[in-house]
Amino acid sequence: MKPALFAAPPAASADPGAARPAPAPAGPLAAPIAFVVKTGAITAMEIRKLQHDPFDLVTRAVQPVLWLTVFGQVFGRLRALPAGLGPYLDFLAPGVLAQSVIYIAIFQGIAVIWERDQGTLQKFLVSPTPRAALVLGKGLAAGVRGTTQAVTIFVLALIMGVNVRWDPLALLGILGLVLLGGNFFATLSLVIAALVRSRERVQGMGQLITMPLFFASNALYPIALMPGWVAVLAHCNPLSYMVDGLRTLMVVSGTSTLGLPLDFGVLLLANAAIVALAAYLYPNVVR
Amino acid sequence: MLDLTDHTPLVRTEGLTRTFGAFTAVDGVDLEIAAGEVFALLGPNGAGKTTTIKMLITLLPPSAGRATVGGYDVVRQASAVRRLLGYVPQALSADGMLNGYENLLVFARLYDVPWREQRARVEQALAFMGLQDAAGRLVRTYSGGMVRRLEIAQALIHYPRILFLDEPTIGLDPVARRAVWEHLARLRREFGATLFLTTHYMEEAEHLATRVAVMSQGQIVALGTPAALKAQVPGGAATMEDVFVYFTGDTLESGGSYRETRALRRTARRLG
Repeated sequence: MKPALFAAPPAASADPGAARPAPAPAGPLAAPIAFVVKTGAITAMEIRKLQHDPFDLVTRAVQPVLWLTVFGQVFGRLRALPAGLGPYLDFLAPGVLAQSVIYIAIFQGIAVIWERDQGTLQKFLVSPTPRAALVLGKGLAAGVRGTTQAVTIFVLALIMGVNVRWDPLALLGILGLVLLGGNFFATLSLVIAALVRSRERVQGMGQLITMPLFFASNALYPIALMPGWVAVLAHCNPLSYMVDGLRTLMVVSGTSTLGLPLDFGVLLLANAAIVALAAYLYPNVVR
Repeated sequence: MLDLTDHTPLVRTEGLTRTFGAFTAVDGVDLEIAAGEVFALLGPNGAGKTTTIKMLITLLPPSAGRATVGGYDVVRQASAVRRLLGYVPQALSADGMLNGYENLLVFARLYDVPWREQRARVEQALAFMGLQDAAGRLVRTYSGGMVRRLEIAQALIHYPRILFLDEPTIGLDPVARRAVWEHLARLRREFGATLFLTTHYMEEAEHLATRVAVMSQGQIVALGTPAALKAQVPGGAATMEDVFVYFTGDTLESGGSYRETRALRRTARRLG
């Protein structure tokens, strides 16, 4: 076949060797397979970028490390926790792990605005790729970035003497929770980006919601200690389910207050809903 | 084999209109572009060129009127349209954090290029644009002209029927501009490529285009070959520049939006 970069004009395309645009794959499984392949292509691309320049990951790790080493050590001496929850550092470590995942995901929207200004986003939207695959690919990449943070926190917790569980299944569960949490908050940021459409406002909104998300959750203290109205908010907060799951799977003294099936169930539902919403709103970013 | 499609225009718009609030960016545009043409949309900033392209490539739904590409409606059959076209945006859109090869590979996957062909296609596109030696380098180390050629390679990875280029040489120095022109001319010569480009450089339209539409305030105010347009100017026009001024009126008054100008300057700065 003669090398060709361009589809021949229709008149010449009777020639079977002529180049033509790749047809849409056919068959009943074609659409789901294409969805997975394209989601993977986006995630793989983001991971490549990370490999070329991992500096960002290092700077992002500083804050959670401070929470664990300074805040955790000092608050551990207050002994305000109800009995039976174990040492405070053991209680806090899963919360800080979740927080580090959120911090790296919640500003994803800024990158999307940047890609819009560059024209990169337009090219992805012009390709025959389902919007949900574009959104999910990016969200999962945020989950992968979060995983690197999780490893840092995990190792640090180990060094600081947290009683970490060593169970392959539990570790796999932690990985799942980190991916679900990273994808949820990165996609939430993407929804914000599609609505406010400017870098400064995405940044502002990210900062505005991070602290309330964190405080109205069980990351720093158990829900049982909260005033009633905060407890209600905490039960609506996907972060609480992520932390509850992490606490159950990560530390020996961790006991689930919500139940692992509920943790995973709520997170899966929340992810499906936010990805669908973001896929619907995504083209707005370029309009 | 009887082939009627030959006579069907590759791009057709009928009363294509787009409004943003009270502002009409594109106002009842009728166009027909045949396969093999190099069609240039010429006009000052803010004339509606980019908005027209955005509607044709399915990024922006029209407010009124309709458009087809390859016979497919850009709204109702958007995904069929997307398979037919390649798009090179105005801003520098290749990813600086990836190398040249990776920048192409991701699009090969998104365009359903079969797994076993991906590598060969990427290498073929890089070779055509003269970038095979730079394939392993991060794109942020590329010159502006190289980035532009890489982006054209990205847009060719799925063998499109038509290539849309929005201001393809904006901000490039004259040498890099010539290199891009030569590659586009080769695409046309060797593959009979159909190109749709916007530009506000007269020289570019004259150099590349087989047909030019002059756009002003959302409307097509003149349409024809560069020579025919020159002949329409009373007293004769020496250059396309005269044609441009004659048909668009006082260009100083139609300076383009703040955001558009800002984006253009940013592109020019990154390329410089």
